[in-house]
Amino acid sequence: MLKLIEAIFAGRIQTEDIDTVGSKQFRGELNCNTAQCDKCGECLQVCPVSAITINEYNRPIIDYKRCVFCGRCVDACAGCALYHSNLEALPEILTGSSVDVGRVTNIRPGRSLHVRHLDAGSCNACDFEMGALSNPLYDLHRFGVSFVASPRHADAVMVTGVVTRNLEKAVHMTYEAMEEPKVVIAVGACAAGGATYGETYAIVGALDKVLPVDIFVPGCPPRPSAMIVALLAAADLYLERSKSMGNK
Amino acid sequence: MIKVKSTGLRGAANVCSHNGRNPLTAMFACDETVLGQGYAIYCLFEDCHAHDIQVVRAQFEMDEELKYESLTPLFPAAAWYEREIFDMFGIEPLNHPDLRPLVLHESYPEGFYPLRKKVAVDANIHGEREFKIATAQGEGLFEVAVGPIHAGIIEPGHFRFSQAGEAILQLDAKLFYTHRGIEKAVEGKTVDEALFIVERICGACSIANTLSFCQAVEKLSEKSVPRRAWVIRTCLAELERLYNHVGDTGNLCAGVGFTVPNNIGARLKELLMRCNEQVAGNRFLRGMIVPGGVLFDIDEEKRNVIASTLDTVEKEYERLVQILSEQDGFLNRVKNTGIVLKKTATDLSMVGVGARASGFSRDSRKDLAYGIYPELSFDVITEQAGDVYARLLVREKEVRESIKLVRQILELINSEDNSGLRAADLTYRAEEGSWGISESARGSDLHWVMLDKNQKIYRLFVRSASYPNWPALPVALHGEIIPDFPLVNKSFELCYACLDR
Ligand code: SF4
Ligand code: SF4
Repeated sequence: MLKLIEAIFAGRIQTEDIDTVGSKQFRGELNCNTAQCDKCGECLQVCPVSAITINEYNRPIIDYKRCVFCGRCVDACAGCALYHSNLEALPEILTGSSVDVGRVTNIRPGRSLHVRHLDAGSCNACDFEMGALSNPLYDLHRFGVSFVASPRHADAVMVTGVVTRNLEKAVHMTYEAMEEPKVVIAVGACAAGGATYGETYAIVGALDKVLPVDIFVPGCPPRPSAMIVALLAAADLYLERSKSMGNK
Repeated sequence: MIKVKSTGLRGAANVCSHNGRNPLTAMFACDETVLGQGYAIYCLFEDCHAHDIQVVRAQFEMDEELKYESLTPLFPAAAWYEREIFDMFGIEPLNHPDLRPLVLHESYPEGFYPLRKKVAVDANIHGEREFKIATAQGEGLFEVAVGPIHAGIIEPGHFRFSQAGEAILQLDAKLFYTHRGIEKAVEGKTVDEALFIVERICGACSIANTLSFCQAVEKLSEKSVPRRAWVIRTCLAELERLYNHVGDTGNLCAGVGFTVPNNIGARLKELLMRCNEQVAGNRFLRGMIVPGGVLFDIDEEKRNVIASTLDTVEKEYERLVQILSEQDGFLNRVKNTGIVLKKTATDLSMVGVGARASGFSRDSRKDLAYGIYPELSFDVITEQAGDVYARLLVREKEVRESIKLVRQILELINSEDNSGLRAADLTYRAEEGSWGISESARGSDLHWVMLDKNQKIYRLFVRSASYPNWPALPVALHGEIIPDFPLVNKSFELCYACLDR
């Protein structure tokens, strides 16, 4: 028992501020030095999930819903124009809202969100990172966000993975079990873009084929910090929605 | 490889298994009609003495009826493989004791066999099939249904308990919810294209899956992998085993609601994940291993990060171990709970921690001696009791072994000259099957690959470590109570994603 108490008090406070900058090596957001780009189109060829398109100024545009941050386009880039920065690609809100995703990490009182996790067919890396949100370094509770056991208690659902045939019904039932208003978050390239494994007999597709998606989190898997940003944005979005519902 | 007719499978398998001494490592089918050969069933037996895997191939002629005498009565380990083969290919094992569907759930029609070559990869065929869950019937018995969506943050599976009062009389698990058709998805892709999908079969076993796949294809090529690449691969493989084991030690405590060690484990795992990101650019170490070698080096800066992370983790993990060994309430819950006997472990050809905790000493790093493992010094940990505590002890001791291994490898990377990181431009022999194996945190992970004449994947079969261990879970829970289910489940810590594919 003494050892246990000792262990509790031995450590300093471990919790850290949310930082969306990765380590030096981290393959984050893609940037392009347009001056060095010789417009060869190699990056388009090698991308396994067809996440790259070229816009009218001959600049590669990345679809972060699909991108799995594999680095193949960077390796293939002959002119060394494309590179990964170590910044996380941030979650985006897809439905109309005034919430500013860039500013949600400022801790402010009066925010709360109850979340249900739903694995729709993931490789489990996204799920593991979601599990990490409760570890002492991220300590999700301090933001007023907690995971609940049933969709009936949830304000938001965080979905990981491509929707598989075997889970399609469960995805619908989970969503139906939630009260209005509700927020749907698609976590990772599978749920957001659905292109990871291509189209197969067993895959329905990205989450938006089945449910209305409000927020997506880029990454394969997204880092825990990006998930927290998404959850805080969801909390604000939820508040906005309940207010507008109340006004009706 | 021993080639027989379909009618000779049982006999040949019996000989290869040496009366059950060589465990059945995998069994799968392949539609070779496009190659003009009909269907084939492959059985892989691990020959423990020869450090090799023996392959039996049973051939169905083009117009032959797709039926054969089931192997399950001889090898209980064949039960799931044969169900899967029936689901995916429609090859029927006669006299199989339990031929219910396994992989394809209710929304697939009967007679839909997705891995047959004439079925399109994106076939969108809907229908209905019966998917019976096995339950016990009798007066006073009742059922408890759990899942597929659980209360915690875990993967989906449905568990049906048949209860006689408090005691679990029978448990049936309906799994394969995350079945994504990966084996079909990679068909027709080049090795490099497939690699990216293989890396995403499972998060927690990313390295193991990639390494097994790469080894399988490398055996089909003339070029050899540079030594330094092997040193780096081994480092990654042990880092993966390490973060899993450390995290799983903490998770197991969550199974009894013991929060302090649970959080210590979670924190240490986080430190290891951050170390992973600094080494590979991805917290799951993705994007480093490729056929022929590795993409980049572990330079001195990274080596220092690894070394200092190991020092911290080692010290604090030992404290965690100490806490667990001194808590009577905790020990009470984990000892004598969820027992798997050695006989069960061998019958089911279990692997990894699950096998070793029941006295079945198997470790592909020693048994199949791949890569540079033969020159590294480490022990295979075994326990005899087969309960939750034994599985915890095996994990705890394996953490020490992995730390020891990573330190040896860091020395090697340091001392050795840079012999190149990757053999480039590999070409592969076509129409020849090849296996690759590696030891994940959950046990040996086996891939079997065959390429066609255009260097595209013709067939990939993935038998992850969780596959042979899942059937042991219901056995371990016999007579236990439902509140012990999460604990026993976490003591195996099996993946759903790798199993379901
Ligand atoms: S990093 Fe993203 S955009 Fe680049 S190849 Fe990989 S998936 Fe495509
Ligand atoms: S997005 Fe990537 S990490 Fe997440 S489930 Fe899909 S493959 Fe796995």
